[in-house]
Amino acid sequence: MTTFYAEQSANRRNSLLLALVVILFLAVFGFVIGFSIGYGSGHEVAFGVGALVIAVVIGSLSGLFSYYGGDKLVLASSHAKEVTADQAPQLYNVVNEMALAAGVPMPRVYVIDDPSPNAFATGRDPQHSSIAVTTGLLQKMNREELQGVLGHEMSHIRNYDIRFTLFVGVMIGSIALLAGFFLRYTFWFGGGRRGNDNDNNGGGGLAIILLVVGLVMAVVSYFFGALVQMAVSRQREYLADASSVELTRNPHGLESALAKLASDRESLHSVNGATQHLYIVNPMKKLGGGSALFSTHPPIVDRINRLRQLTGEQPMDPASVQYLSGME
Amino acid sequence: MVPLIIAGVLIVLVVFVILLYNGLVTKRNRVDEANAQIQVQLKRRHDLIPNLVNAVKGYMDFEKGVLTAVTEARANAIAAGAQGTAAQAQAENALSGTLRSLFAVVENYPQLKANENVLSLQEQLTTTENQISFSRQHLNATVLEYNNSLQVFPNVLIAGPLGFTKREFFAAEPEAAEVPVVNLG
Repeated sequence: MTTFYAEQSANRRNSLLLALVVILFLAVFGFVIGFSIGYGSGHEVAFGVGALVIAVVIGSLSGLFSYYGGDKLVLASSHAKEVTADQAPQLYNVVNEMALAAGVPMPRVYVIDDPSPNAFATGRDPQHSSIAVTTGLLQKMNREELQGVLGHEMSHIRNYDIRFTLFVGVMIGSIALLAGFFLRYTFWFGGGRRGNDNDNNGGGGLAIILLVVGLVMAVVSYFFGALVQMAVSRQREYLADASSVELTRNPHGLESALAKLASDRESLHSVNGATQHLYIVNPMKKLGGGSALFSTHPPIVDRINRLRQLTGEQPMDPASVQYLSGME
Repeated sequence: MVPLIIAGVLIVLVVFVILLYNGLVTKRNRVDEANAQIQVQLKRRHDLIPNLVNAVKGYMDFEKGVLTAVTEARANAIAAGAQGTAAQAQAENALSGTLRSLFAVVENYPQLKANENVLSLQEQLTTTENQISFSRQHLNATVLEYNNSLQVFPNVLIAGPLGFTKREFFAAEPEAAEVPVVNLG
């Protein structure tokens, strides 16, 4: 019991921390851009502070927007449709059971029309949460397996993983947006500006250096953000698997669900870099290169073997590992 | 000065007792709420069973025994509802066992497994069954918390006089009942 309370407060703290780090980063980033734009005008600091304010305001607004509406955005971009108890009785029942077991309110239930089996949970807290599953998942899983998958999603909701992953998605998104803007600025305006500043050679050089520093920052932060996204979400997946078993009291359901998910080779249609870490198994199979460092999800074989440890079973035999390996 | 001190100590004591009392009431209400939740689900199960029995009756001429066992267990469970938590838990567990036997038998009848009505009833009973077991975990957790708070010091001094009594756990079924014995004779 202590474990998930600790997990909840860690997630609340990390979400806040992440928001502060992103705002700080945006401030520095904005200042560098503004300073570079205004270079040579004699009002570099004013330009820098102005851009800083703009960047922080944009960052805070997008943070607030993601906090209150990010889940709807994620659901809409995944083409998820809300269903009622009459439209999907079994799905609704199993979600209800898992909500009871986790002691959280009933989330909204969504279905994505896609043959590739997958599922995710999103929202800002357990009172404002949603679970989406694909039609492929409903077709391929039996009741026990569905329960294992939904138990996994429900523990993401209970642990406040959904809030943190929502913030991570926005962080990646807004940094990518700014880096894109910065690169475009360098290409379209940087060249022209250098021409005007020809009478001021040393200054032009400094502007270029600032631009290069900003560019490096953009690349490094994007890279670092992606690494954070991957590392944290991998640890979360192991934890959510274990919590799912705690909720369902049945390790075999999730285990066989994972095996079925692993043997599916189709990619989801409506998924992108900002939403891939939300899903129970990596939805971008064709893009998954296999590098462990850049994977948002641990290999399924590892996840299955960890579940088998819980029941004292032997790990999977090498032949079936061969069959599943290379898939995320 | 002395009367003031006495008055101060009395006020502190009264506030202390009020806080303890309110804490106990909150915990007792949680137990009642968890219990109400489980009663709703048990009632729903009792209501669903006759429908299922009617739906499968025509197909299961040779296994009247299983159906009779379910119907009797249901009647016992409804009667036990008024006899306290322990008796109710026992009767409901017996009902769960007979239902499992019935579902196991249904597996042998392809016509039943293809029947929309039976499938829908089976799904509803399965989810109710699962909800009962999850609610039972929740109820037992709240009962444990409430009972603990009655027994710790200083609550133990005021709990009895103020009319707080221990609650019973909704006992989980014994392991033996996990494996249903189905007589197909």
